[in-house]
Amino acid sequence: MSAPERLERLERRSIISGIGQSPVGRRLGRGELDLTVEACLGAVADAGLTRDDIDGLATFPGAGVGTGGFAGPSTPEVQDALRLRLNWHDGGLEGPGQLRAVFAACLAVAAGLARHVLVYRTVTESSAQGQGGRQGIGGVAAGRGIPRFAGTMQWTLPYGAVSAANWIAWIAQRRMFEYGLTREQLAWIALNGRRNAARNPKAIYREPMTLEDYLAARMISTPLCLYDCDAPCDGSTAVVVSHADYAPDTPTTACHVNAIGTALRGRPSWDQFDDMTTFSARDAAAGMWARTELRPSDVDVAELYDGFSILTMVWLEELGLCGKGESGPFVEGGQRIALDGAIPLNTSGGQLSAGRLHGFGMLHEACVQLRGEGGARQVPSTPEVAAVAAGGGPIAGCMLLTRGPS
Amino acid sequence: MTATDAVARGPSVRVLPRLDDANRFFWTAGEDGHLRFLRCTACRRYVHPPSPVCPYCLDGTLVPEDVSGNGVVHSFTVNHQQWIPGSDPYVIGLVTIDEQDDVRLTTNLVDCAADDVHVGMAVEVTFEQAEDVWLPLFRPAPGAEAAREPAP
Repeated sequence: MSAPERLERLERRSIISGIGQSPVGRRLGRGELDLTVEACLGAVADAGLTRDDIDGLATFPGAGVGTGGFAGPSTPEVQDALRLRLNWHDGGLEGPGQLRAVFAACLAVAAGLARHVLVYRTVTESSAQGQGGRQGIGGVAAGRGIPRFAGTMQWTLPYGAVSAANWIAWIAQRRMFEYGLTREQLAWIALNGRRNAARNPKAIYREPMTLEDYLAARMISTPLCLYDCDAPCDGSTAVVVSHADYAPDTPTTACHVNAIGTALRGRPSWDQFDDMTTFSARDAAAGMWARTELRPSDVDVAELYDGFSILTMVWLEELGLCGKGESGPFVEGGQRIALDGAIPLNTSGGQLSAGRLHGFGMLHEACVQLRGEGGARQVPSTPEVAAVAAGGGPIAGCMLLTRGPS
Repeated sequence: MTATDAVARGPSVRVLPRLDDANRFFWTAGEDGHLRFLRCTACRRYVHPPSPVCPYCLDGTLVPEDVSGNGVVHSFTVNHQQWIPGSDPYVIGLVTIDEQDDVRLTTNLVDCAADDVHVGMAVEVTFEQAEDVWLPLFRPAPGAEAAREPAP
């Protein structure tokens, strides 16, 4: 199945006109709405706008989803906190990964439903863990009896496959079988992140990490160890998605949306997807490249989701930034993915070291790099094209941003 | 690291499926020792998870049918994290059934050491009863080494 290539690619009528981010940390002791308002007002000011200019609002995933601190405040809460008068609003979990809210905003401004859409993602998972930790199944068992499950979870929960760490470990194990991936190679996603985090004052973990540290870390779900899993944090990230005709008026460099990748062609399932080594990163990436004249060799910086290290490896390959099955040797040693390497990767430290801002940290950092505002971690000779990817398994989306109109 | 050379079982607590008219045949199949899946009367493909229509041909009727219970380990992980307190390391396997390469089951690999599990290993079904549910688990098939899937 091919993408509808003759249609106009409407996402090109959109830009990221502003970015904002609250403090990011462990157990900040601030409420999710408080953090969100700070990030949102920051993004609005950064875009050279006032809240009266904002006529669209979107978030992922919207309130009431997942365990403590995962979802952030609802769009009605944020709308009311800022007394926004909206022409368009959207929040939801289902769709092509965490960036779905951004994609929706791009299409909303392209369609004329709104002109400036505030899009945010807020997590307070660190504080939530501090208030009692993740309960787990055993906590339920000890307390009130074990609920039974219907729906898709019935196929995994009986077997103790309760975490994305378990399902995503399958990806790594299968890649070890098919491609000879080693833990020593996988380590470089974590090591590269930590190396970059040392240059990011907002990163959660900044102390140096060695390969020996990585290999000595405790196992979570083989072959994934502690350092293959991202760091829960508190923080909010916001961007303003505006119509591209606002680009000349932005106080900073506008980041133009060149293409978005939203496809999901395999079965939407953690255990039934046809290719365990790629999952739907394959589909999202293929869909994105079908919507642009840019090629993988044009990408100057890559911010690729590292909720788990192995997902970054998958994105590297499926986006064509290295050969199929070759991400292990490609990242090994860390030179090619360093700030001055062939593909500077996860330049803020990624979610592994800078904190689990859940995809929106990757988007924020791509804009920072395209704008040349990375400071100590700025990629040399300011990048023109950034690839951003979020998600893993059957949930994936990606986008290309450029420093000028394309 | 806790022992992964011990014989693996599952997690310390089993969260069970809620039985309904769509899934009962699957979760109770082990009562007579057979693994079964819905199979299409028209295109003859097996369908999993259960569905109201055959997703392949959208034509035939779906009827539960026994399969051999043999499969191959497509991937696996040894879980160490105490999501379920009191669990020793257990193996979460992803098993493809021999009859059809796009039908897989998430399962526990048992009756062997976690250290001995590998991708491509031939396995056979065994059941663990919990209340009114018979959970399909898998263990190494006789001659499993010989049947190992070659690495590409």
